Amino acid sequence: MSATTASRDAPGIYHKAGSLRSERRWALWTAYASLIVAAIIMLAPPVYMFLTSIKTSAEIADLGGNPWIVRSPTLENYRALLSSPMFMGFFWNSVKVTLLVVAVSMVISVLAAFALARMRFWGSQWLATGVFLTYLVPDTLLFIPLYQIVGSLGLLNSTWGLVLVYPTLTVPFCTWIMIGYFASIPKELDEAALIDGANWMQMLVRIFIPVALPGIIAATIFAFTVSWAAFVYPTAFITTPSEMPLTIGVVSQLIRGDTFAWGQLMAGALLAALPPVIVYVFLMDYYIAGLTAGATKG
Amino acid sequence: MADGATLAMPRAEAPGGASLKRFARRRSTIAFLMTLPLIAVIGGLVAWPAGYAIWLSMLNRRMTQFIGLGNFEILLDSETFRMVIFQSVFFAVTAVILKALIGFWLAHMLHHLPAKGQKKWRGMLLVPWVIPPALSTLGWWWMFEPTYSSINWVLAIFAVPAVPWLGEPWWARISVIIVNVWYGAPFFMIMYLAALKSVPEQLYEAAAIDGATGWQKLRYVTLPMMRNIISITVLFSLIVTFANYDIVRVLTNGGPRDLTHVFASYAFQVGVLAGNIPRGAAVSLFMFPILAVIAFFVLRGVNRRTKEEL
Repeated sequence: MSATTASRDAPGIYHKAGSLRSERRWALWTAYASLIVAAIIMLAPPVYMFLTSIKTSAEIADLGGNPWIVRSPTLENYRALLSSPMFMGFFWNSVKVTLLVVAVSMVISVLAAFALARMRFWGSQWLATGVFLTYLVPDTLLFIPLYQIVGSLGLLNSTWGLVLVYPTLTVPFCTWIMIGYFASIPKELDEAALIDGANWMQMLVRIFIPVALPGIIAATIFAFTVSWAAFVYPTAFITTPSEMPLTIGVVSQLIRGDTFAWGQLMAGALLAALPPVIVYVFLMDYYIAGLTAGATKG
Repeated sequence: MADGATLAMPRAEAPGGASLKRFARRRSTIAFLMTLPLIAVIGGLVAWPAGYAIWLSMLNRRMTQFIGLGNFEILLDSETFRMVIFQSVFFAVTAVILKALIGFWLAHMLHHLPAKGQKKWRGMLLVPWVIPPALSTLGWWWMFEPTYSSINWVLAIFAVPAVPWLGEPWWARISVIIVNVWYGAPFFMIMYLAALKSVPEQLYEAAAIDGATGWQKLRYVTLPMMRNIISITVLFSLIVTFANYDIVRVLTNGGPRDLTHVFASYAFQVGVLAGNIPRGAAVSLFMFPILAVIAFFVLRGVNRRTKEEL
């Protein structure tokens, strides 16, 4: 950096090029150094969770020695969890709720986004703003009144109560992303479809959904992640273990008494985090494109 | 919003006044039906509960009597709740500032790398954001565990004395912030990286020709170009952080001595666990004015951005 200012008294072009190169190399080294430090910090907790999950209880209880190495690795914790009907019950509840919520949210938001992006009607402008504002209302503001409402419907302690309320988490943002994607589709396409005699539904199914597929994938991943990771609503509404989804199940049921089964707890947390991680490994690019477009384009 | 431009469809061009009107009417009917589920979700599961919360917060504990602002008065009088207000604000502001700075720094560093390596590094740095926070916080909790803290073990190598992470109030506050920053910084990084990539290269070339240093390029080219996205991301994250629940619930559950409670966890404690639903509703409603102000600015930022693009 200081090299460029120093070269001002002798402005030779070669000199300038040389200092530029060294500046760039310096920047690259700084970049790698800070990224390595950041990666170590970012990855340390999951790595440590994994290390703990393959330790035996005896090794975890042994306080001497380096906690970051495993002396006698074992898969016992994973085996115990995967053969436990309670844990598999959590898993199944999560899968059921998530699949239903994703399906419902996508239908609601694609239909609504199409109408909001392409058909003018009374109040459509207000509704679009309303969708965005709804997205900004956090679940922690709503869970107490929803607790009363879900209770009065008799859906406390039932996964159906979760299916009912999770769309508040997913629908606003999915609609928002889809409005952005649909609005970016050129008008000529709908005109061509209208001339060919397509009705609105055909236009949506035959043209908009295929063309906006990346947006639909991004919105689906969002809905999936959010409903899989939802924590406030299940914590508030569910107290019977048999109806719990994974997040609250792992947090509340695997922690019992004064002696924690740390190995099993970590194994449970990692298994529960696995589905979103797998989805991201394969579809990360779609999701990031959708997210950043949703935030930057609006 | 985004449909502002797309809706300006010329409608008067089609021939035949009566059929056009019928067409428009039919179209708006279809459109209304298509948005009906959305309206049901927003109205029935967001707007109605929000209004209901206001009503609830003005009832007495057994919900038999209307007591006006009594719950709010009791809360403001209690020392514990004043600490909750302080802790929520302190937590949200500190965490968001740190997330924004770290996210900006990492995005900048990633931006320097050649395109091929970028993806790999980005994937690694995004891991915290991918794991559901309630679960990764369990891992942190275990790392902070007082008898056997693996972080303290690492610190001991550098001759740093053991830190009472979750036992001492100020350390507990810092721990909650650390976990939140760890979880949230990757999101900022992604947003800023996308914004950095959208800054035209010519601007930097022009700045270089004018003899700008690296710092000046950042100050006069990058920051002004990214101003809008920075403010939207910060404001948005402020809302999410302010309303955070899972990290506090798993890591400290409000302890030690109720000093790490934020609005959400305290509302949960009072409303659901202690069974005083009206007062719990009042606690969570304290978030509302702050969130409304932030939401106003987010909306303004997004609107301005949309206009810039048109």
